[in-house]
Parts: sequence; C-alpha cells; structure tokens
Amino acid sequence: MPDAALKIRVRCQVNGRATEFEAYPMERLLDALREQVGLTGTKEGCGEGECGACCVEMDGVLVNSCLVPALQVEGTAIRTIEGVADGDRLHAVQQAFITCGGAQCGICTPGMILAAANLLARHPRPTVAQIREGLAGNLCRCTGYIKIFESVVEACRKSEQNP
Amino acid sequence: MKNRVIGMSVPRKEGREKVTGRARYVDDISLPGMLHGATVRSPAARGRILGIHFEGDIPWNEFTIVTAKDIPGKNCIALLIEDQPCLTAEFVNHLEEPIVLLAHRDKYLLEEARRAVRIEIEPLPAVFTMEDSIARTQTIWGEDNIFKSFRVEKGDVDSAWATADFIVEGHYETGAQEQLYIETQGMIACASPEEGVTVWGSLQCPYYVHKALMLLFGLPSDHIRVVQTETGGGFGGKEEYPSMIAAHAALLAWKSRQPVKITYDRAEDMAATTKRHPSRAWHRTAVTRDGKLVAMEIDFTIDGGAYETLSPVVLSRGTIHAAGPYNCPNVRILSRAMATNAPPHGAFRGFGAPQSVFALERHLDRVANTIGLAPEELRRRNFIQEGQTLAVSQVVTEKVNMDHLMDRAFVLSGYHAKRKLFEAGNRESTIRRGIGFATFLHGAGFTGSGEEYLASEVAAEATSEGRVRVRAASTEMGQGTNTIFSQIAAEALGLDVDQIEIVQPDTAGVPNSGPTVASRTSMIVGKLVESAVYGIREKLFQSGLLKPGYTMSDFASACHKYTENKGPLNSTAKYEHPRELHWDDARYQGDAYGAYAWAVYVAEVSVDMRTAEVRVEDFVAVQEVGKVINPVLAAGQIEGGVAQGIGFALYENVVWQEGRMVNAQMTNYAMPTSMDIPSIRHYFEEIPYARGPAGAKGIGELPLDGTAPAIANAIAHATGADIRRIPVTPEALMEMLERIDA
Repeated sequence: MPDAALKIRVRCQVNGRATEFEAYPMERLLDALREQVGLTGTKEGCGEGECGACCVEMDGVLVNSCLVPALQVEGTAIRTIEGVADGDRLHAVQQAFITCGGAQCGICTPGMILAAANLLARHPRPTVAQIREGLAGNLCRCTGYIKIFESVVEACRKSEQNP
Repeated sequence: MKNRVIGMSVPRKEGREKVTGRARYVDDISLPGMLHGATVRSPAARGRILGIHFEGDIPWNEFTIVTAKDIPGKNCIALLIEDQPCLTAEFVNHLEEPIVLLAHRDKYLLEEARRAVRIEIEPLPAVFTMEDSIARTQTIWGEDNIFKSFRVEKGDVDSAWATADFIVEGHYETGAQEQLYIETQGMIACASPEEGVTVWGSLQCPYYVHKALMLLFGLPSDHIRVVQTETGGGFGGKEEYPSMIAAHAALLAWKSRQPVKITYDRAEDMAATTKRHPSRAWHRTAVTRDGKLVAMEIDFTIDGGAYETLSPVVLSRGTIHAAGPYNCPNVRILSRAMATNAPPHGAFRGFGAPQSVFALERHLDRVANTIGLAPEELRRRNFIQEGQTLAVSQVVTEKVNMDHLMDRAFVLSGYHAKRKLFEAGNRESTIRRGIGFATFLHGAGFTGSGEEYLASEVAAEATSEGRVRVRAASTEMGQGTNTIFSQIAAEALGLDVDQIEIVQPDTAGVPNSGPTVASRTSMIVGKLVESAVYGIREKLFQSGLLKPGYTMSDFASACHKYTENKGPLNSTAKYEHPRELHWDDARYQGDAYGAYAWAVYVAEVSVDMRTAEVRVEDFVAVQEVGKVINPVLAAGQIEGGVAQGIGFALYENVVWQEGRMVNAQMTNYAMPTSMDIPSIRHYFEEIPYARGPAGAKGIGELPLDGTAPAIANAIAHATGADIRRIPVTPEALMEMLERIDA
C-alpha cells in the first residue's frame, strides 16, 4: 500500500486519451477529474454514492466517481460526459434529452446521460422496467423522471433509424 | 392571429451545454489565487458564546479568519427585516448558526481546521416545538415569539354554527421538507475597498443578494455586483440563503484580498440551510345535510425557526390558500408564524400553500365521510364560480370551471370505476388499492400589493444585425426562463427564437425584475419582456424604418439602419399594477392575486398491509394555467412538481432531535427515485389570461399543492386509516393500521 499522505502518479485513459495525474491514493476520482484533469462536467451531488451526479464509466462499468479512490484508477479507461459526444455530433441520448426535455437544471444530466448510454449499451431495446431500474441510481429533483424515460425511449428509436 | 412560437415545444435554450457537460456551475469555476472558505457553526441550539478557541495542530497563521468584528457595515442579512446576523457574536439561536469563517488554499487542511475550532457556549433553554413557542416556555423572539399573524374574516362565522346540520373538526400536520436541489449551494467572491464586492453563484434572486451585501459592507449599489452562474435547481431553497453564503465568501475575500469560493457539501447544505416550514392546522367546518358549506374556521400555524427570514410571506400565502377554491359564506382564518430554535425555515415551491391545502383537502374528505356524501360530490356542491368571492373576499373574475376539470380528471384516471373496483377487491387482499383526489387553486405572482412594491423592470435592445437581447434579473434554474422569454420575445416581434438572446443575470447589466419566485416569471416578468420588445418595434415603426407586415430580413435591415443613424435601439418596460386590482393589507381583503391556476389531481395508490409501504401507482394532473407557452417545459413543471409532492407525502421525513436534523444525508433522507414515480398523465385546459404574455398564467408551484392530499386521501380510501399527518412513512401508517385493528 502506498503512504496515504503522499501523492501517487496515476496513469489511465480518459475519454480515449492517455492521461497522467498526481493524487493522494484515497483522493476521489471525482476530484481528480475535476481538479487535476480539468474535466468539470462530472458533478458532485451528495459525495456518498446516493445521487449518481458523479457517474462515469470505468472500463465500461458505470461507477460513482465519488466512491472510487485514485489508487484504483491506475490502468483503467474512464469515460466522462465530455467523452460522450463524437466531436460536435451529439450521442443519440444527448440529442434525445434536448428534444424530450430530459434536462432541466442540468446538474444530474451528465451522470444521467452516462447511466442511460451505459444502459443502452447493455440493453439496446430496454423495457420501461429496465429503464427505471437502469436509472435508479441517478436522482433527479426537477423532472420527476418522466421526460428522462421518454428521452431514453426516443434515443432507442433514433438509434434504430440511424444505426 | 395564429401563434408561430408560443405553444411550441422549442428545445431548451441552454440544452446543448447541459447535455455535454459544458454548462458552468459555480463549483466549476476557479479564479487565480482562489482560496476555499468554510463556516464554523454553532454546536448548540441556544446559548451565549463564551469563547472561540483555535485548537489542534493547525498552522493558524496561514488562515484568513473572519468573525463578526470584521464586518465593515451592519451585521445582518437584510431581507424583510434585519434580525438575522451574518455572523453571530454573542448569542446563538439555532444549531449550525454561523460564527467564524475560515479560508485557506488547501481545502483538505481547511476542513481539518474547521473541526479544530471549538466554540464554547453557555447553553440556554431552547424552544423546539410550535406548541412550546405559543405557550412561551421561553421568549426567544420579540415579546411573544410571533413573527407574524393574520386574521381573515368573511361573513359571520360565530352565528353560522347554529344553522349547521353537521360540524366536523380535525387537526392536521405537515413536516419539514428539504428542497434537495442536486447542486448544493455555493458562491465565489472578489472584494476590496477599492474594487467593491463581486459575487458569482448559484441563486434565484440576484437583487436580494445585492441588497444584503450593500448593507453588510456599507457600500453604494454600484460597488456591489451579483452574477448568477448556471444554477442546478432552486425550488425556493436558493431564494434567501444565497445572501448568507455570498456574504460569507465576500467577507473572507475582503479580508484576504484574494478570491474565495465557498461550496457546501450535502450534509452542511441539509443541516444549515432552509427547508419547508412544518405546519399544524385545525379545521372546524359547518355543513348542511345536503353538503353546502356554511362556515369554515381555520387555525394555521407554521414553524419559522430562529429568525424571521421569509416566514411572514410564507404564512400569508398559506393563509390565503387555506380555504381553497370553494364558495363558503362564512370564513375565519387565524394564522401565525412562530419562532423556535431550529435553523430558519424558508421558501420552498408552494410557499405555505402545500401545507394549508393538505389540511383542507384531507379535512373535506372527512367532512364528506361524516355526512355520508361522496367526496367529489361535496366539492361539486361548493366549487367557486365566476362572480363569487373567495375567503379574502376576492371576486373571481376568471372563467373558472372546476366541475369541468374534475370531469376531465375523473375520465383520465377512471376514477369512478376504480373506486368501486378497489372497494370490492380490498376485502380479500393484503395489497389494498385506493384512489383519491384534491381540488385546489394557486395564486400567481406576489400577493396583494406585492407586485406594485416590486415595480419590476425589463430592458431589451436590438443589435445592428437585428438580434434582440433581453435583460432581466429572472434566473434560469431549470424551469425554463431562457426558453420561455425567448419564445415570448420571438412571438411578439415575429422573429425566430435563435434571434433572441437572454443576457446572464448580472446586477451590473440587468435591471431589477424582482425575484425568481412565486410562479411570477412567465406571467409577470414575461409580460414585461413582451412589452419591452414591443417598445423596440414601436421605435422602428415610428422612425419609418419598418412597417407592419414586415419580414425577418426587413426587421434586420431596419435595426441596421436605426443603429447606424440614430444610435442604440433599446427599450424598457416597468410593471404597472392593473387598476382594477385592489388589496387592503390591514384587513387582508381584496384581490390577493391577479390570476389563479385551478387544478384537480387524482392519485392511485397500493398499500402492502404487511409492511405498510405505499406506492403511487398512477397519477393524473388536470389544470388550467392559461395559455401554455411551451408544452414540454410545462409538462416538466407538472411532472417534477408531482414527484416532489410524492416525496412530501410519503418519503421525505426530516428527523429532528433538539433542533438538529439528524438525517442530513441523501442516504437516510429519501427522495423519490425513478422506481418510485408512477406514470404521470397531465392535461392542460387552456383559457388565455388577458393580462399574461400571450395569455399565460403561473405554473411552477401549483403541483406541490394538490399532490400530497390526493395521495393521503387515496391511502385513507385504501386502508381506512384516518391520515392526519404527512409524510405517511411505513412506520407511521403501521401504527395507524394497528390502531384500526385494535
């Protein structure tokens, strides 16, 4: 185990790019992304893994970045909200959130979009029950979730039209 | 004339920034040399400060330390009155009251330092309940612990009891509710005597913060600048408390001469900032055998916490909404906001109305039950009609048709069939089903003469390319201000929404359009946006550069010529109170609101009789809110509001222990998740409102009023439990069910 009081060097991929940063071993991935890597799209809502605002993908698995210590990030591939669109071309989920009103205040939106994109990668045609369950770790206080469900359904529809 | 833009679901103006993570919230902003700030708070609910001790192995000389004596101006957070200190110096009146501020570059060391400050306090006896406050077990505020009281009288209540066939009484309670915006509160400040004070932050009301900072620093208005950053939800929670955080960040910046950022973590935000006022209501209702209301006597009390903040205004709205959309000849409402040693309660969507509407709508189901009438039939026999008077003697001039809204809601929800079906099925089942409803109204805009005093302004200007900029202090916090204002301006001028730019709220660049609260943004400020941009068009008409029937390119070239030859092309609009609206503040009588939204909500629930868990299975929300400007955004307001109402009714339980919220975490303060929300079907009856922009009325707060009582009535229908208090947690319901069995 490295000394908790000494910073370590972490090498990983962030949004497809080789990245290195320095962090305390137990520093939260959330803080490292926001402060060391400069990607502030990942948000803090509760700091205890309840709200999902800080969701990112780590080796394709959805994680709460407030619960992941920097130590554990070594050698992994991270995808944040900044890596969801293909340049200026929005991901189907992002476009659907705009069209269907899935984003209101926008603070849960980065985590919610990653959760939705992750769900669609696993279940390209999810049932309503699968959508509800897939997003159950992401809290939204504005929308009452209905427009978010509609956004996910719309994203599926569009993806099937233009695979 | 057919609308081009109004009534269309134009996509959210700042949507792209939000879905790509590029939108900049206060915590995403970092300034060179910036320090982090933290707040040391009172560990006692009431007492005298004996000493402040800086302990531990902390390099204290590296820290900027601020106490009350560092405040350049007056030590208070100016709001309605000036009773709340910015940093308390001698006495503490609630837990988590701010006492010392610290700043340091290293936020980890800062947190260690915050824990190493010991506040030595001689405790004083405290008041934790409204009952003790009324009984004055201790006098903790003013002479009688009363922040404000109201008395509303209509007809002759005292003589009416004798003529009634039935008199039904009941007590009702609602708990505190946390706004739980997902972005916690935060501010960044730069401040010096030479440059003045500038703050950037998450807030609803730039000019509230501006006013508070002027007094705190003793600086003129042009030395204070307040800028709203992208705001991750407010719901009322960022109405008054941002003034406190802005003041703290600014004091640290003033002393350190460096930029300072304060952001709260979730626990601090939940424990220290405002919540919905807990309430107690008592109803006594006289009714005839055939279900006509004869008299309503209502006693309504809210817990204001330790300082006045907005409690008088919350009480006012709660009081006016307490008698609902009914025609009753004799009404008395007595109400009061009491001081306790809890952190001050404050604005939360609905603003007193969800509390008093819960009591009324639950009570009326009990009244109907007592006289053997169906609950909907009792409502139908008393619904207010155009030309009749509300409790505050406001004559209803709107074409209100509650019967029609109820019919629509009952068809959409299958109310009658389900009511029968559930009653038949429930006898056999451990999962019982129920269906209930609430019928209610919500006044839009400030109460009474409030809008007249606010005297809001909006400015607009056109560029030489024919783009139009709207300057208003109304903030976007997710509800859609940017998009709605763009639609109103585009419709008025015959332009596309893309040609409208909404300027970021910044007190250095936008006039005071009042606070972003009270369901007033679309209806009141939106109307000013419409008037301001009409002013631009009028200037172009008068200069002869533009003629009616113009195209967008005509407009652009007219703007180009105007700005080239005559200079800036701008216009302002100021609120003018409609002459026909009168309000008597002394008697609390008159036109309380320019317009009301009217609604009927139906909730269907299932109750697991083994665990006493309640699920909302289906929800129908029917309302008349005037012309709907943007159907997707309007639906978002209703669905989101219903979800918050479900939380208020079932899950969101603030657990108090001697004035402290002991469950200040998302882990044990549960808000609805995607698994808890039923299908929410909404329907808008659209009757254009003559004084609203393109016919719109207010919408934002409405859904909080009717959701909880509809659910409570459905639970009562399913189980026979006489629900008197929300939230109806499984523990609370189980106790009630056991009592029925016994």
